[in-house]
Amino acid sequence: MAGIGIDEVRHVARLARLELSDEELHGLVGELTALLEHVDAIRQLDTSGVPATAHAIPLSNVLRDDVVGPCLERDEVLAAAPAAEEGRIVVPAILREEP
Amino acid sequence: MPEGYETVVGLEVHCELATATKLFCGCPNVFGAEPNTNICPVCLGLPGSLPVLNRRAVELAMRIGTALGCEIRPSVFHRKNYFYPDMPKDYQISQYDEPVNVNGRLELPDGSVVGIERAHIEEDTGKTTHVGATGRIHGASHSLVDYNRAGVPLVETVSAPDIRSAEQARAYVIELRGVLVATGASDGRMEEGSLRVDANISVRPTGSDILGTRCEVKNLNSLRSLVRAIEYEARRQVELLEAGGAVTQETRHWDEDAGVTHPLRSKEEAYDYRYFQEPDLVPLVPDAALLEAATAGEALLPSDRRRRIAEVFAAHGAEASAEQVLTVIELDLDQLVLDAVEVGADARLALARAANEAAARPDDARRLDPRAFADLVKMEHDGKLSATQSKTVLGALLEEGGDPADIAARLGYEALDTAELEAAVDRVIAESPDEWTRYVGGDAKVTGYFVGKVMQATKGRADGKVVSSVLAARRDEAAGR
Amino acid sequence: MSLLDAGAAAVAKAVRAGDVTAVEVIEEALARLDATEGDLHCFQTVLGDKARREAARVDEAVGEGRDPGPLAGVPIALKDNLCTHGIETTCSSRILEGWRPPYDATVVERLRGAGAVAVGKTNLDEFAMGSSTENSAFGPTHNPWDLSRVPGGSSGGSAAAVAAGVVPLAFGSDTGGSIRQPASLCGVVGIKPTYGVVSRYGLIAFASSLDQIGPFAPTVADAALALEVIGGGDPRDSTCLARPAPRLIEVLGRGVEGLRVGVLEDFVDDVSASCRRAANDAADALAAAGAKVDAVSVPEARLGLPAYYVIAPAEASSNLARYDGVRYGLRVEGPDVEAMNARTRAAGFGREVRRRIMIGTYALSAGYYDAYYGQAQRVRTLVTRAFDAAYERFDVLLSPTTPSEAFELGAKTANPIEMYLSDLCTVSSNLTGQPAISVPYALGDEGLPVGVQVMAPALGEALMVQVAAVLEQAAPAEARGPVPVGGRARGEAADGA
Repeated sequence: MAGIGIDEVRHVARLARLELSDEELHGLVGELTALLEHVDAIRQLDTSGVPATAHAIPLSNVLRDDVVGPCLERDEVLAAAPAAEEGRIVVPAILREEP
Repeated sequence: MPEGYETVVGLEVHCELATATKLFCGCPNVFGAEPNTNICPVCLGLPGSLPVLNRRAVELAMRIGTALGCEIRPSVFHRKNYFYPDMPKDYQISQYDEPVNVNGRLELPDGSVVGIERAHIEEDTGKTTHVGATGRIHGASHSLVDYNRAGVPLVETVSAPDIRSAEQARAYVIELRGVLVATGASDGRMEEGSLRVDANISVRPTGSDILGTRCEVKNLNSLRSLVRAIEYEARRQVELLEAGGAVTQETRHWDEDAGVTHPLRSKEEAYDYRYFQEPDLVPLVPDAALLEAATAGEALLPSDRRRRIAEVFAAHGAEASAEQVLTVIELDLDQLVLDAVEVGADARLALARAANEAAARPDDARRLDPRAFADLVKMEHDGKLSATQSKTVLGALLEEGGDPADIAARLGYEALDTAELEAAVDRVIAESPDEWTRYVGGDAKVTGYFVGKVMQATKGRADGKVVSSVLAARRDEAAGR
Repeated sequence: MSLLDAGAAAVAKAVRAGDVTAVEVIEEALARLDATEGDLHCFQTVLGDKARREAARVDEAVGEGRDPGPLAGVPIALKDNLCTHGIETTCSSRILEGWRPPYDATVVERLRGAGAVAVGKTNLDEFAMGSSTENSAFGPTHNPWDLSRVPGGSSGGSAAAVAAGVVPLAFGSDTGGSIRQPASLCGVVGIKPTYGVVSRYGLIAFASSLDQIGPFAPTVADAALALEVIGGGDPRDSTCLARPAPRLIEVLGRGVEGLRVGVLEDFVDDVSASCRRAANDAADALAAAGAKVDAVSVPEARLGLPAYYVIAPAEASSNLARYDGVRYGLRVEGPDVEAMNARTRAAGFGREVRRRIMIGTYALSAGYYDAYYGQAQRVRTLVTRAFDAAYERFDVLLSPTTPSEAFELGAKTANPIEMYLSDLCTVSSNLTGQPAISVPYALGDEGLPVGVQVMAPALGEALMVQVAAVLEQAAPAEARGPVPVGGRARGEAADGA
């Protein structure tokens, strides 16, 4: 039987970068469990030997030539950003190194 | 490395591909542009934008695979999901469990072979600058992001854990860099970030065939960092084990100034990348056109170039210094040597002058007329120039080009004839009876004294080696042999 | 009768001939928009002066003897998840409020190139996640047939705008039924093309492997014309098929003589009597028109919904990661970048979007990937194989589009799974990539329109449209929009507006 506990919900919220209230987190325990039960219909199926479909209409080798195209105007990009400085986008302190 | 332990290293080398445009869009792939000027909706990950794969990047990746003896296979792209402000989509498009190149090998100059597990295509991230007292991530008040590099094509070459020392790791990176440059895939500039190395390091008791727990060390921005970090990390792990502890599998950051590695994050913050096949891109199949482009117009690999030199030297009965061979290949001066030998220059001497004096000015050296270089080497070899004079003339030749004979004449380098040189040697012997007695008695240390005196007397026109041989002949005469 | 009610092709014909100016047509559409918007809330953004300027350019072309294109002067509405250069594009989300894309979606370019004039951006369920348009951060859209009812979703604003006669053509996106379901609930035609027939470039992604853009129109012919305009290869979308748009107008009158039609019987127990009856009547009509009609069971079709509710949220969780407060859109400040990201996303996304991001993240996470996402992708193969097998025996398949007529606003907002069941009959086409169309076919027991769905194998658009045109002829006129706001009095003819 599918199910998900509060710790897992908290973990998933962290992975998804969602700062949710305790109330919502607890609500999600029930909502996600209900959804997972619904999805159980397919979990039970024997699909051994069945390949996965990632693309409904199979294509391959869609490539473009290595030719330079237009870029955006920097001012336009920075104007859309919440904060910018010295031609760059400003973000609050980063606590972790890039993984 | 402490007694009883062996270092085991696998390297992940990220190489920026030398394409005109980024991996999935037409923005220029150039180094050093003004921040955020080479960006478009695609590489900025704007809502609604979609990636389209760069054919040239695929061809270069396949060239790398070919050069590394990989099997080139049908491949797909995945999304590697994690949040980081320099990654515009908050996922990186990368090849995961079905990469384009697998199962290759790289033979190092010392004959050792390092297995290549895979060489796959992925996109680069942007660049973050930390603002604050230290300019580092810790203690920064905020950070600034430049997305010019976001979406630049990379090939990540992952070696098998076949490397057994820091020095071998260094040799591997140099050799791989040679391959990447030879294939035209990369300019190989580590200092501009075109080449970035992560090292998976573990230790184990010598003779064991079980791999120890490894740490991945990042931020290795130079060969020097690579060597130091491996040595440090191996020592750290051995000390841990010796103290009865255990190595924790983790990612560590190399601190170049402090000369230490430190953990990047604790275990509970471990990333979960939630890989899944990129629905916006379609599979890549190595068809005839791609495979042809992957093998066309390829320059000689470093190993081929070493073989070529070895063959030419063998044909001339000369022995090549392995170190000098590596230097001339790395600096792209091997062809100069071969061309000079072709027109009659002494192989050993041509290699030495190329690897030592010419190598100091590689850009000028690559423009050198091989015939002029050959003439110079011949003049020195025939004794028309002393070694010192030859180096001076070569310096002038690198500076301004021209004919080495003219330069030598202009500098007043008329070679001494033998009689003149012997007369000078005899004069010096006569002036230094005590030293001469010691020399004849077998004290080799005074050789330098006599050579120096003769050089002084001839105003540098004598060749040190010829002086030595004349001295030896005189000594043999004095000893009555 | 106003020219607008005569449909897109008629408007374009009149404008090209110089019988009417595009400006006049656009003014009328804007006036209707103005008159109905207070009741319906179809639009997120109205493009008054911009539309007038574009219409003037169309007229200029006509005046200079240039052909402005097959949609000359046709007022259109664009779902607000289609990027429009310099015009706010929100996905009906707070997180994108105020964002002006620096580029146009490919379909937007093609429509403008064909002479169409956008009068506005339409309301949707936030990021196209929903079946009622109630998940819009900017308030729901109302069904023109009955203002207390939902128009369906997620493309509810586009469907309702066509149903209310504001525009003769609108565009939406269909990930699990988001065109066909609101088309059915609003009594208009809606097409979900074969995956890859229409470029997704500039469509703000919900679930990339399922999303497809398509048209809404009062008639099959206008919807077909619109698909001819927006379809065809696009080098900016790697998944777009490198082939010309399907030719559909030429097949409209061909009839169904000898075509093999399979009537899908797998949803019989899950749909209302009205919906069941509509599908059965449609089958009879096709048989009467000469088609070979037979019942068919594709049991795997029932696996579509659970597979969809894994795949779509999983892809969405990744597609929506970029809304992190860094580069554009909303930012809620925090002490560090992670806190800023998490606060921005919690505040900027609505409840349903947050829920789907959570389920999608879970389905892809370590330890669960294979049980959920991997399994759903394998089930996707099973569903596709089953439909492919059915298409060996049948040229097209027929089914209800929706399980019910339009429901009351608020009726299903408390129970997400009940809302998800709205997609029961439509999701399979998204999983298989195959095309499907919803055609208004009857008025149901509640007096609201009920559509039927014609499904076809990949690239079977022409056959699908051919069948739909016959159904349209057989359907009663009162089942079809446009309708006056609040619906027609019973017995009022479709053209009585």
